[in-house]
Amino acid sequence: MNDKDKPLLSVRNLTIHYITDNGVVKAVNDISFDLAKGETMGLVGETGAGKTTTALGIMNLIPNPPGKIINGEILVDGKNILEFNKYQTRKYRGNVASMIFQDPMTALNPILTVGEQIAEVSRYHNKLSKAESYVKAAEMLELVGIPSERINEYPHQFSGGMKQRVVIAIALACNPQLLLADEPTTALDVTIQAQVLALMGDLIKKYGTSMVLITHDLGVVTEICDRVAIMYAGQIVETGDLEAVYEHTKHPYTKGLFGSLPRISDKTSRLNPIDGLMPDPTNLPNGCPFHPRCPDKMPECESRVPANTEIEPGHFVRCLLYE
Amino acid sequence: MHKLLEVKNLKKYFETKNGLLHAVDGVNFYINEGETLGVVGESGCGKSTLGRVVIRLLDATDGRIIFNGQDITNLKDKRAMRKEMQIIFQDPFSSLNPRMSVSQIIEEPLRIHQLCNSDTEMKSRVSELMDTVGLASRLADSYPHELDGGRRQRIGIARALALNPKFIVCDEPVSALDVSIQAQILNLMMDLQEELNFTYMFITHDLSVVKHISDEIMVMYLGVMVEKCNADELFEHTLHPYSKALLSVIPEPTIRKTKERTLLQGEITSPINPKPGCRFAARCVYAKELCSQVTPELEEIMPEHYVACHYVKEINGL
Repeated sequence: MNDKDKPLLSVRNLTIHYITDNGVVKAVNDISFDLAKGETMGLVGETGAGKTTTALGIMNLIPNPPGKIINGEILVDGKNILEFNKYQTRKYRGNVASMIFQDPMTALNPILTVGEQIAEVSRYHNKLSKAESYVKAAEMLELVGIPSERINEYPHQFSGGMKQRVVIAIALACNPQLLLADEPTTALDVTIQAQVLALMGDLIKKYGTSMVLITHDLGVVTEICDRVAIMYAGQIVETGDLEAVYEHTKHPYTKGLFGSLPRISDKTSRLNPIDGLMPDPTNLPNGCPFHPRCPDKMPECESRVPANTEIEPGHFVRCLLYE
Repeated sequence: MHKLLEVKNLKKYFETKNGLLHAVDGVNFYINEGETLGVVGESGCGKSTLGRVVIRLLDATDGRIIFNGQDITNLKDKRAMRKEMQIIFQDPFSSLNPRMSVSQIIEEPLRIHQLCNSDTEMKSRVSELMDTVGLASRLADSYPHELDGGRRQRIGIARALALNPKFIVCDEPVSALDVSIQAQILNLMMDLQEELNFTYMFITHDLSVVKHISDEIMVMYLGVMVEKCNADELFEHTLHPYSKALLSVIPEPTIRKTKERTLLQGEITSPINPKPGCRFAARCVYAKELCSQVTPELEEIMPEHYVACHYVKEINGL
């Protein structure tokens, strides 16, 4: 295997639980995936599916306690980041991998200027002087489409879309190899969302950054991603390139998600939602976690956890129907 | 068709430190009985304010609201009117009193309007309502914090239905919910409309949802209506440049189509002391001198299709 084929990020059997007074929250259960250099993968799921926990795991930011990585490894460029010491972890975060948080209103420090918040990243990681780091910060602002004259302004002087641009500038300041974007456009209006997505697409292409885009919106994925992974109750239930998952949908949960979406292009008068609710992560059902809501349930589903099955090259499904 | 609600030149201004905020600035529309009017726009365009003014949760600055033939703009005794007009709020987490149980929440409107003669009658009405919206009767004594978003939104719907209203303002009722739950609630609302002949004013920022549920759609931008027509018509013949841009940027969950997108420059401007002229001029690619001087009036460009734009004919080659 030459260097180019080697994945940048390789998550193996990752299991993350939160140990609380009310029981063990099984947030992420045995997930594995690879991300190649320059590739963008969408991680889609509903509230509580474990998307954000997965991203925090990759950043090694799981709050401990109550969170605990029970099992698995996360290899970035061949190194298991879970074995890093404090010093190595600090060098890793923000430099090799960085994260864009969901809510731009709370991700920024209200008492520091935006320039300072961008500059501190390169000052720490690239050992730039204060003056140099501000030059770099001004460049980054221009890059995300904010006039650099605004470098000394505070976050409250910016609108939501502008704040998210600042957050992107911070995340990209050290030119990371891996970018984790956690619902970067969910808090924004559609016209602003389109601007921000276009900007992110341009930047990651320009720098060859790999990205995991977390979203609940199957539409956003098609704008920017090469591959998509669908999460349900802490597991990746289906993964493949866009065409495989969108055109040859296999898992009953993925089908349910598509059936729930009102679409502009067709004229269905009724949606086909999935019955029932997400299971409680402290009390997941035995067997396949989706079986209580599944229209294609078989008796076996209640007892056996389906394995990840490759049904066509690169298209994996976790469902007994396809084993 | 019977016009259930008619709004004429409705205005709502708020006084702020920096000047007069024009939240709703001269809006005209009507809704036929049993139909749904979708109101779409980005945050800050005045759609929620409009919903609240229409049912008199806020007082209008100017204009008239006519409900079922009666002018309610300055009505003093609002109780009888409230019985006919209800609202479902956006956030199922903050719109329910955390100290009241599910049955108490649904009972409250019945109590206030003294619609039930006995406790047994009240109980059976509450369980009937819970049944209608798909809440299990075992949840009657639960408190909102014990329930998930979808169930809470069902409580909000049951509370709105309790008085058998004719007209319901739905202010982003599904925005806080996951897609699979969103679909359940949308289906429920459409079933109820069919069964009980409700009239909805459905406020949302989500164009796919609004297309799905509405008969008519009105697009708002900074307090003014820029386009209004039949729901399918809007998506087939989009005329206003803002609607065009809005429609072109909706991410759709299909990979086959590559569509032309119009990325708008800049962001929604401030509604405080707006300048004369078209509100959208600053972001509009077609804007000319006239646009920043004269406010465009709403015109019927095609049958039952109203647009407020000076150059709509040239832009669309009509």
